[in-house]
Amino acid sequence: MPQNGAVDGVRGLLRTWIRPGAVTAAQGLLIALLSLATHVALFVLSLVSLLLIPVFGVGFALFPVVTALVRLCVGLHRRLARWGGVEMATPYLPAPAGAQFGTWRRFRWVVGDPATWRDLSWLLPGAVTGAVCLAAFVLPVYGLEGVLGLPLVLHLTVGFGYGPFWPIDNLFEALLCFPLGALFLVGGLAAGRWLVWLHLAFARFFLPPTRTAELALRVRQLTVTRAETVDAQAAELRRIERDLHDGAQARIVALSMSIGLAEQLVGDDPEAVRRLLAEARETSGQALAELRGLVRGIHPPVLAERGLAGAVRALALAVPLPVAVTVDLPGRPAAPVESAAYFAVAEGLANVSKHSGASRAWVELGHTDGRLTIVVGDDGRGGADPAAGSGLAGMGRRLAAFDGTMVVTSPAGGPTVISMELPCELSSPRISPSSGTG
Amino acid sequence: MRVVIAEDLALLRDGLIRILEAFGCQVVAAVDNGPSVLPALTAHRPDVAVLDVRLPPTFTDEGLQAAIRARAEIPGLPILVLSQHVEQLYARELLSDRLGGVGYLLKDRVSHVDQFVDAVRRVAAGGTVMDPEVVAQLLASRSGAGPLDELTPREREVLGLMAEGRSNAAVAARLFVTEKAVNKHINNIFSKLRMPPSSDDNRRVLAVLAYLHGEDGRRPRTPA
Repeated sequence: MPQNGAVDGVRGLLRTWIRPGAVTAAQGLLIALLSLATHVALFVLSLVSLLLIPVFGVGFALFPVVTALVRLCVGLHRRLARWGGVEMATPYLPAPAGAQFGTWRRFRWVVGDPATWRDLSWLLPGAVTGAVCLAAFVLPVYGLEGVLGLPLVLHLTVGFGYGPFWPIDNLFEALLCFPLGALFLVGGLAAGRWLVWLHLAFARFFLPPTRTAELALRVRQLTVTRAETVDAQAAELRRIERDLHDGAQARIVALSMSIGLAEQLVGDDPEAVRRLLAEARETSGQALAELRGLVRGIHPPVLAERGLAGAVRALALAVPLPVAVTVDLPGRPAAPVESAAYFAVAEGLANVSKHSGASRAWVELGHTDGRLTIVVGDDGRGGADPAAGSGLAGMGRRLAAFDGTMVVTSPAGGPTVISMELPCELSSPRISPSSGTG
Repeated sequence: MRVVIAEDLALLRDGLIRILEAFGCQVVAAVDNGPSVLPALTAHRPDVAVLDVRLPPTFTDEGLQAAIRARAEIPGLPILVLSQHVEQLYARELLSDRLGGVGYLLKDRVSHVDQFVDAVRRVAAGGTVMDPEVVAQLLASRSGAGPLDELTPREREVLGLMAEGRSNAAVAARLFVTEKAVNKHINNIFSKLRMPPSSDDNRRVLAVLAYLHGEDGRRPRTPA
């Protein structure tokens, strides 16, 4: 048992001290190296390219190139920040069409983006805070050297210094390397965490998008999704109009003609009247069937009656392979979200039965952190590509209207898993015994 | 035959009453909303009930819920459910108590007055009547491994017609074969689905249930 206790103790030490300490030291080293190696050079290059603008316009071509390098460097810093648990979104405006390197359009885009200047103004102060992060690596390593007794060994062989004793004069000073090393190690690990945090906190003033830029990005995204939604809705209405016009409406015209004709013949030819009425009934049946199909496409009745959970179960029954449905929803999403989710699942399952060659599939509905999560998976051949299939792309567009996202993983050989998320709140659960019978 | 009707649209309710009374049924109660269905059924204990799925106040599936609750209280109470659309899910829920005396039809079918009245009578007599649309949906979605796949196409056809609630004679007439041939198909179906020997009516219901429930190992279900 004491052995186990020791193992657990070492594990605990590893988890709480050594691993995070090593991570911080590594972060400090990488930040410092990146800052020291690139920032000053990039800043000077930027300055030079700006100064070269009057010189035959060389700067016009050069500045965007240097800016691309700056963005690469700052991008690496953002990734390091994410590793350190600090999320920074990318603030750059999207490149306009035809903005290749060397074009005037490229220059205007780069110069017109406030993020360019924020990056540039951060380079020098960022180099200072970044360089300080080197201590997060050097101090613990120096401490480790002392703890391991390296100065003692070197003192006995070639002569060496450590800490305040330089060079080490006697054995007592050499032995002091153990407590001094421990002090450097612990102090370095504690300070390192603060130094890295300080660097990231400072970078957060410059590197993430400003509130204005964030709003501008949001507006641009909303404009795109709104345009797509409006287009999709217009197309949908056109389809419904055409279906009604060519289908149910035409049949009802035929129906009233049959009835009118029967009315004319009612006294003279009972046999013909009977035939006409049978025809009329047939036609009304066809019109009803068409209307049913149309209603299903607009808002499936089972969705209205049973909500998303029941409607997805009904969908699963109609697929010619076994579909495991797992639903964990404590309430109901708003009707438009339910509808979008339903059609996304329907499209997903349609793809499964049409293209996947799967022998089984699964649908999972859940709700976490204010998001409705939907997973449609199958064990088929994989290789589904949202860019190629209009069905998957349509699903993505439908979800984008609700700020939803869709991720498709479909390696060749399967399995295919489509994960969707829709931000939404759930209403309180419906009081109904339907779960007992479903 | 004493009938209870639940239908919220006055036009359709009156039409149903007129049709049923013309064929000698007595409509003892006709209600137009969900909450009054169950009291009407328990108070009158009709020979058969004809219920619309979607009723006020919520216009969801209170007709179906009332049917399931009524049959929990009065096991085997014959109920014919009408709807503008049919769902396999609802068919399975209606059939899950395995007692027969259940019908599930599209409202369109009412226009074939004689066939509709025939369906009402068969449900009242404890038969099972499924809309051809339900059967078509099932045929479209069925293709897995299991006893149902051992059936020949002809036997599937016969089973489908049985699910619609047709008698042997009606099946024979529909398929242009003799009743004897139909009997033979049905016996084959029973043995392939491993139905224990029992009364023919009960086995018919069980065969239809196998058909609807997918008792081919795909979706094992126990009645609620």
